[in-house]
Amino acid sequence: MKRHLISAADLSRADALLILDTAEELAQLADRPIKKLPTLRGRTVVNLFYEDSTRTRISFEAAAKRLSADVINFSAKGSSVAKGESLKDTALTLEAMGADAVVIRHPASGAAHRLAGWVRGSVLNAGDGTHEHPTQALLDAFTIRRRLMGGRRQGGSRGGQGGRGGLGGTVFPQNRVGPGGSPPRGNTALDGIRVTIVGDVLHSRVARSNVLLLSTLGAEVTLAAPPTLLPLAVGSWPCAVSYDLDSELPKSDVVMMLRVQQERMSAAYFPSVREYSRRYGLDGARMARLPDHAIVMHPGPMNRGVEIAAEVADSSRSTIVEQVANGVTTRMAVLYLLLGGTEFPAVTQ
Amino acid sequence: MCAASSPVAGRDGLAVLDAEEIRRALTRIAHEILERTHGGDEVILLGIPTRGVPLACRLAGRIGEFEKLVVPCGSLDVTMHRDDLRLHPARALGRTELPPEGVDGKTVVLVDDVLYSGRTVRAALDALNDLGRPRAVQLAVLVDRGHRELPIRADYVGKNLPTSQREVVRVLLAEVDGQDAVMIGEEERQP
Repeated sequence: MKRHLISAADLSRADALLILDTAEELAQLADRPIKKLPTLRGRTVVNLFYEDSTRTRISFEAAAKRLSADVINFSAKGSSVAKGESLKDTALTLEAMGADAVVIRHPASGAAHRLAGWVRGSVLNAGDGTHEHPTQALLDAFTIRRRLMGGRRQGGSRGGQGGRGGLGGTVFPQNRVGPGGSPPRGNTALDGIRVTIVGDVLHSRVARSNVLLLSTLGAEVTLAAPPTLLPLAVGSWPCAVSYDLDSELPKSDVVMMLRVQQERMSAAYFPSVREYSRRYGLDGARMARLPDHAIVMHPGPMNRGVEIAAEVADSSRSTIVEQVANGVTTRMAVLYLLLGGTEFPAVTQ
Repeated sequence: MCAASSPVAGRDGLAVLDAEEIRRALTRIAHEILERTHGGDEVILLGIPTRGVPLACRLAGRIGEFEKLVVPCGSLDVTMHRDDLRLHPARALGRTELPPEGVDGKTVVLVDDVLYSGRTVRAALDALNDLGRPRAVQLAVLVDRGHRELPIRADYVGKNLPTSQREVVRVLLAEVDGQDAVMIGEEERQP
């Protein structure tokens, strides 16, 4: 793996699978009495947030703390940024404080890439403008794999004791780790899974990272959006494009709804919110057209009633809350793999 | 003890235990565990990945045969608790699988293939500490090759194998490697 995580394109298929497998093991931690590991003790992770965020910042903070790293939170509001300090000077300040990793969210595309040239520690892109948000793509891939591929086959811990009783008390030893070794790991990618990403692709860093990562993992990605909300260069992306959501739904295993990012819209991209919602919003009737096993994802925050109806968001197909829980696990895996070893002996002086 | 089997020189060096000897050693350890734990009641076998896990399962199978008793076995990954993480690139994690009833109040027997510096076992004790509070913790290893760097010893040993630190001991198990053997060879030169 590279030293930084700037783009989902930095991840090879093997890297991505290593992260997902690591996350799969770390997911067990949530069921334990002590939800903490000593692995990153003495390391410092700085959360550098120039844009508002709840789930991503909290998720990174929880992930770093569960690995025993020290966390410093920095938000542009109420800091020297308000006095006009540049990103570079802020970066050098953090550098001087000995940050081993910087998690950056910034409204400018490419900010994480620039930062990586200025600091010695690892840089993790937590969203830069309309460019990329690689950890979101990783947690989405993790969620898809868990829901549709069974993740680690039995997946016993999540969702209560449902399966255990029927199998009898002592299924545990022989069946699980018997001859043939452990369950298939490292070879469960997303090959053949059909993912439809719907909505404001133009302003979405989540969409770009997901297209790159999911196609690396073998999924077939289709973007369904109005032509005005697709980037110009979409023809060069490893995915298909459709303007008609209804024709895509019956063949989708996963539908990923994107938030309409009105704060980034400087012009009128569609006639009215109502019309957008009619054509590209996911409501109960549209959800009924999905195959039985299909899941509905949303990176959050949601605009209920615009791109997703409340009844869909709260249905059992929706993985929205699960995605948040998986976010912590996936980010732990990334932090561990970037900071847990020393591939780069030059990091400390 | 080794007289019957002709030592085989292979790619990994010299075979010091063959499949038959490993089987006998495990059978003896299984009996010893039963003896020391007064019948194997409330015992859990936890293997340390990779090769400790099939060993733990084999021991559980033996104990089950001897005493008509189900001894749970599982695995305990110690990667996140190792003290040498920063000396290597980040490693892939192994699996931790605990029996549903947990480890609280049980006698946990940790199982590994080779006991060497003792650092893996120390990491395992730390990992176990986060999972619950066993009544007692014991250690079973297939091979003890000496050169301890920590005050740790095994309760059950398949074979004591005096080695030089320049030698490499490899345990091969059918579940992982397709055959059972313990090999001893010269250290590979790292480029």
